[in-house]
Amino acid sequence: MSKRRVVVTGLGTINPLGNNVSDTWNNLINGVSGIDYISSFETDELPVKFAGEVKNFDANDYLGKQHARKLDRSGHLSIHATEEALKDAGINTEERLGSEVGIVFGTGIGGIGATEQAVRTYDERGASRINPLAITQLMPNSSTGQVAIKFGIEGPSLTITTACAASANAIGEAKNMIQNGIVDMVIAGGTESGTTAMTIGAFAQIRALSTNNENPKEACRPFDKNRDGFVMGEGSTVLVMESEESAKKREAKIYGYIAGYGATTDAYHITAPAEGGRGAVQAMKKALADAEISTEEIDYINAHGTSTPANDKNETAAIKTVFIDKAYEIDISSTKSMTGHLLGGGGAFESLVSLLSLKNNIIPPTINLDTPDEDCDLNYTPNIALEKKLSIAMSNSFGFGGHNGVLVFKKD
Amino acid sequence: MELNEVFEKVKGLFVEDLGIDESKVTMEAKLEEDLEIDSLGIVEVVMAFEDEFEIEIDDDELADVSTVGQAVNLLHSKI
Repeated sequence: MSKRRVVVTGLGTINPLGNNVSDTWNNLINGVSGIDYISSFETDELPVKFAGEVKNFDANDYLGKQHARKLDRSGHLSIHATEEALKDAGINTEERLGSEVGIVFGTGIGGIGATEQAVRTYDERGASRINPLAITQLMPNSSTGQVAIKFGIEGPSLTITTACAASANAIGEAKNMIQNGIVDMVIAGGTESGTTAMTIGAFAQIRALSTNNENPKEACRPFDKNRDGFVMGEGSTVLVMESEESAKKREAKIYGYIAGYGATTDAYHITAPAEGGRGAVQAMKKALADAEISTEEIDYINAHGTSTPANDKNETAAIKTVFIDKAYEIDISSTKSMTGHLLGGGGAFESLVSLLSLKNNIIPPTINLDTPDEDCDLNYTPNIALEKKLSIAMSNSFGFGGHNGVLVFKKD
Repeated sequence: MELNEVFEKVKGLFVEDLGIDESKVTMEAKLEEDLEIDSLGIVEVVMAFEDEFEIEIDDDELADVSTVGQAVNLLHSKI
């Protein structure tokens, strides 16, 4: 029996480049950076003073204060992105979606801001003054639950926490759910809003972050010789995924197909990628096999491309191992150069980029790629978007913990 | 403190801290049905009362409180 095909019929996003899909795409293809000095808290004591923050978004205006104040910011962003995706898919958001619709969300660290606030309150005022909403805001599945409540999603739900691979894994697992006939539709995506003084401080301690405080917009430079770390970002991206049959029955527009998914674990080191990207290689191979395509057929790779010295070198090596000579012909780019690292929301955002690239036949660039690195010698689409006929794209996501999630997208 | 004064302070907490629409906050309003304050919200409300009026409220004192008026009367009796 042939597998059921899985399509994407709706997209929604809120991220450092824009608060909807259209603004985001325009900024992506124009090479705009969404990185800037942090505005939401004081950075005087921190070694890194910039990040990719969502801008011009007031949750009180959007949800009303009584609702908004019960949720962590990650919940606000998740509901906003989901509403856009559902409306884009032509789904009535006034009616409950019911038990035949599932939800799978990814996040790296959930409501870490709420955790920090609760600890501060406990230290300063004691246990009896801890916010009674703290647990419901800080738990990693908070966004999944809040989105389900808001839109009445009563089917199976999962929250995946595989660090920076989380929402790639979410989309992959959602694909399997639909393919296996568990449900016809899954609201899948991921959210991260974990840019706090503590997380910036802690990531800086392990030398993972760029410290280019003089030029924040040039700090994230994947595959460039002078890259010095990733840049924290926040955002939420949601895909409405459904069986092809379901989409055609309700005459929904189709962005493209989630054709393949490969997931592996390095089982090597908690932060460093295995030498040569061993786990990444296997994940890419599994995704290609799942999509039943050859290495010759990939037109575009949206790289994990974090701008850390280790990732970009090892990801390049992994791509060469998988694609051999073809590696030098594939167009690759890292859109993290513009958004920063959306962590648990990254895989979903980059799935959106891959799908829009296929639909529009445009590859967004890797900005700030000025100085070539001998260890990174593939085509990374430096600084200027590339117009090209595209049929199949791949998106890589790799997370601390050694988690690898790779997705393959087809236009038709 | 006069009963009316307690009510005005309570109303202020509901509106400013919890984001509840001012017009809904009357003495007769039911906390759960009319003001949409759920079980988690009640804990917040009690904390806000304790801070504002510098009192302590035991859980069993809340057993008979389901309207704004009943809360105001409880607070008035404790100040």
